Amino acid sequence: MSSKLTTSNRAGWAFAAPGIVLIATFIIVPFFFAFALSLTNQRLISPNPTQYVGLQNYRDMLSVSVLRLAPEHDDAGLIARDADGAPVYPRVREITRNPDFPQYRGMREWFRVHTGDTAHVVIARDVVFMKALVNTVTFVLVVAPLQGALALGLALLVNQKLRGITVFRAVYFMPVVVSIVVVSLLWRFIYSPDGGLLNNLLSGLSFGMFQPVNWLGNPDTALPAIMGMSIWQAVGFHMVIWLSGLQTISPTLYEAAEIEGASKWQTFRYVTWPGLRHTAVLVLIVITMQAFALFAQIDVMTRGGPLDSTQTLVFQAVERGYGKQDISGGATISVVLFLMVLTISLVQRRLTRERA
Amino acid sequence: MAAISPENHGLRLAVRYAVLVLIAIIFVFPLVFMVMSSLKPDQQLLADTSSLRAFLPVGDVSLNNYTKAFQRAPIGLFVLNSVLVTGLTVVLCLLICSMAGFAFVYLNWRGRDLILSVVLATLIVPFETIAIPLLLLVSKLPWIGWEGITIGWLNSYRVQIIPWIADALTIFLFVQYFKGLPRELIEAARVEGATWFQIYWRVVMPLSGPVLATAAILKFLVMYNQYLWPLIVVQQEQYRPVMVGLQYFFQLNIAWGEVMAYLTMITVPVLAFYLALQRAFIASIASTGVKG
Amino acid sequence: MKLKYFVACTVAAQTLTLGAAIAQTPLTIWYHGAGNEVESALINQIVADFNASQSDWSVSLESFPQGAYNDSVVAAALAGNLPDILDVDGPVMPNWAWAGYMQPLPLDEAVIADFLPGTKGYWDGQLYSIGLWDAAVALVTRQSTLDALDLRTPTLAEPWSGDEFMAALDAAKVSGDWEYAFDPGMAWTGEWYPYAFSPFLQSFGGDIVDRSTYQSADGVLNGDAAVAFGEWWQSLFTGGYAPGTSQDPAARDNGFIEGRYAFSWNGNWAALNALNSFDDTLFLPAPDFGNGPKIGAASWQFGVSGTSEHPDGAAAFIEFALQDEYLAAFSNGIGLIPATASAAAMTENYAEGGAMAVFFALSEAQALVRPVTPGYVVQAKVFEKALADIANGADVVDTLDAAVDEIDADIARNSGYGH
Repeated sequence: MSSKLTTSNRAGWAFAAPGIVLIATFIIVPFFFAFALSLTNQRLISPNPTQYVGLQNYRDMLSVSVLRLAPEHDDAGLIARDADGAPVYPRVREITRNPDFPQYRGMREWFRVHTGDTAHVVIARDVVFMKALVNTVTFVLVVAPLQGALALGLALLVNQKLRGITVFRAVYFMPVVVSIVVVSLLWRFIYSPDGGLLNNLLSGLSFGMFQPVNWLGNPDTALPAIMGMSIWQAVGFHMVIWLSGLQTISPTLYEAAEIEGASKWQTFRYVTWPGLRHTAVLVLIVITMQAFALFAQIDVMTRGGPLDSTQTLVFQAVERGYGKQDISGGATISVVLFLMVLTISLVQRRLTRERA
Repeated sequence: MAAISPENHGLRLAVRYAVLVLIAIIFVFPLVFMVMSSLKPDQQLLADTSSLRAFLPVGDVSLNNYTKAFQRAPIGLFVLNSVLVTGLTVVLCLLICSMAGFAFVYLNWRGRDLILSVVLATLIVPFETIAIPLLLLVSKLPWIGWEGITIGWLNSYRVQIIPWIADALTIFLFVQYFKGLPRELIEAARVEGATWFQIYWRVVMPLSGPVLATAAILKFLVMYNQYLWPLIVVQQEQYRPVMVGLQYFFQLNIAWGEVMAYLTMITVPVLAFYLALQRAFIASIASTGVKG
Repeated sequence: MKLKYFVACTVAAQTLTLGAAIAQTPLTIWYHGAGNEVESALINQIVADFNASQSDWSVSLESFPQGAYNDSVVAAALAGNLPDILDVDGPVMPNWAWAGYMQPLPLDEAVIADFLPGTKGYWDGQLYSIGLWDAAVALVTRQSTLDALDLRTPTLAEPWSGDEFMAALDAAKVSGDWEYAFDPGMAWTGEWYPYAFSPFLQSFGGDIVDRSTYQSADGVLNGDAAVAFGEWWQSLFTGGYAPGTSQDPAARDNGFIEGRYAFSWNGNWAALNALNSFDDTLFLPAPDFGNGPKIGAASWQFGVSGTSEHPDGAAAFIEFALQDEYLAAFSNGIGLIPATASAAAMTENYAEGGAMAVFFALSEAQALVRPVTPGYVVQAKVFEKALADIANGADVVDTLDAAVDEIDADIARNSGYGH
């Protein structure tokens, strides 16, 4: 942002001050308050005095251990096997609920890997948080690029000079106009396992070959189903941002490209895309932030289930802070989320800067 | 350029429209479902959800759900509240955020880059996580009004408006847009002796139609769909907005037809706002022809 | 319409007299009935009648939609903005009382001597809240279903055993006449799970928390009885008897009357809907899984907020509202179980021989309140998640262990919740 413009401290502050003051008062101050809460045992509702607990909330959330389990042996000294021939292992609860191992009390299996006959069981104090973390990151990694690309495709499509194109622009934008809570309610009908629209549609299109799927009730399909709906709902939002970028590209550049006989791809590659540089940064960052904040869809459609397959960080922050009255636990999740996204965006910025 | 025969051209045009229409169907079907359902009695509405009848105004179609919805809740009041709060916030937001964006892009001032980074970092803070601290804050803030100085902002319009005026996303939109505007225009105006405010108001703002429209619609959506915040800061019906009003329809046995009617009604203002902006937006593009 | 007009008139009359009677002390009441026209009219009428009946107090009402009510109260309490009289869901009351949101209700015990036990909210040995009604749950089915499946009609004296119940579900499943044999109502997330399903656990011999101390759930929520319950619960879903957590809310609301489910576990508030659809609708008592048949109790109740400076005025209003006439009016209006037998006799459905009289009997015979502890709010959430996970195929023992750990950790973090 180097410029020939001279320094103008007074004007700069005068222009920026109202916005900065408002953001500082209504976002930054409450956020620091939330950060302070994460270091205490503060409850939403309680007559008990608040105590400073240091990093206890963070330890409770993040601690992870690995147990190495050897298979059980039968009386003959051979490895005990179940009906399928897989080795039988002692139950994790025999360790986590054993008074001899107080350090594992309250921990639970997150996942396990096998090497030979040994099972390595990763146990965590807060398995739900861990799953929420993984789901949130998965959601961001899938949704951000997909939604960004689809939105650009749509923006190019509705940027054509065709009669009635504004109608299509409005139609593609419609899902955004309807609140996400409402959209989630509607999609519960669509995803319904018994006689839902999607199942009926797919079975109609495949002439009955398609087996009905319990979209939101199956741990394998629940998160993808929510991803699909989220992309559908928000793609119009980003289409509009792309569109405003596209429309600032001068028509004379396109004319020049046409005169030089550039192909469609070349025009996109050398005229459109460079012209969208600022917009692309904007869209990418906004999509990432929105994806990390995934909440309403989960709240209305699955409440984190089935089997924690759709737990997300913000949903857990709200569930704990309000539902379970554990405001310090909710604040701890928010702080972790904040630090995580901040790190990502700093790395992202460094990478893009080096390339530029 | 190769000549295109008229038939060929017509065919390509038809394909283009076919693609556009196909995509349009994907985007519009749940909304058609919403509107059609609002016209049907509950039993039929639910029975229809499993077939294409869900998208057609067939069977026992009437406006009964609308009449009943009006009896259940003061819908006019809710819409009025939402429109008032949303409208004021959007206008103030556009003004204050575009000024901040202007300062971040065109002006050199001490602390600028650091503050911009801090502002952008607030993008990451989900509102749900700061709602309670913010509630405690606004319940202690003073206000000067007709009755002199009062403490606490609860149960008012201002508590629904002021905390939401400035946000990082809108500032960011303006920053990215202003970066793309030709700097020569500003420098030329500066050389001619214009003040910064004149440059902002007479040079930059007239070129900002597209971003103003985008920012306005995005802010409008955020504000119109407010739920958690008004829920915790407003205890009187007279200040309740539309999304809190939606809760009036979720009784133990949900009247789905009325829910759909209410949803249809509260969606209309947003759609109208978007379409109105869309026109202004196109017009502003046509008149400026920005960018080199 | 008439009622509304009447209310409008009294309100207007009251505004006129207000100028003269400056001695009246204003009181505020919050109620969760916004959006329910009948309920709003009833509560408005009680307020108007009370204001007209005496000259010491002047009550004004603010209504909230039910889904937003608890959050509104908590937010208002945090911001120091509570009214004088609060409406509170029975099992949540200890939480609010413990936190100081409510104060003991100064009401003569003689007034409520005849009230159903589930309508009285006690915490720490003191009365904090009282309800005008209770709610009850029954196994809803049709006589024609029992006949077709050749099943005995269970009675309060002789309810179905757990085995008989499962045999009934098997018969319904084998017949193939229904999409599912049993609809427990998995689409109703939230308080429905602990309210409707924890009585099954209690009938098995387990509980959400150890009620002798309220300091731990270990052994009651993951003991042998609880594991047996969990395995039975899981078999409902793995065995294809019941629709799981992905049931859509519309199927829950209308599945039974559309003939998709043979048996439905449902509340008295939904009973009118079923009665209107089928002449031969039956409301059967809960099955007995070994420790007696149980159903949940306690619905919405009135109490005095912790910050009210006029508990005597608040109590005067609440006592006024407890008249049989209003109990019966609420029951007729929204299908709830009136809190007294004398009020029940005045109603259409709960009078002897009335279509829903069985619910009054159920409430008297089988009702067990949910754990009376401030920790219930958290325990209910933990229980809900455990049941959803088990229904979705999670390991029963591990899931119950995890629930116990979470409940115990929460009790410890709250220094025992004041027990």
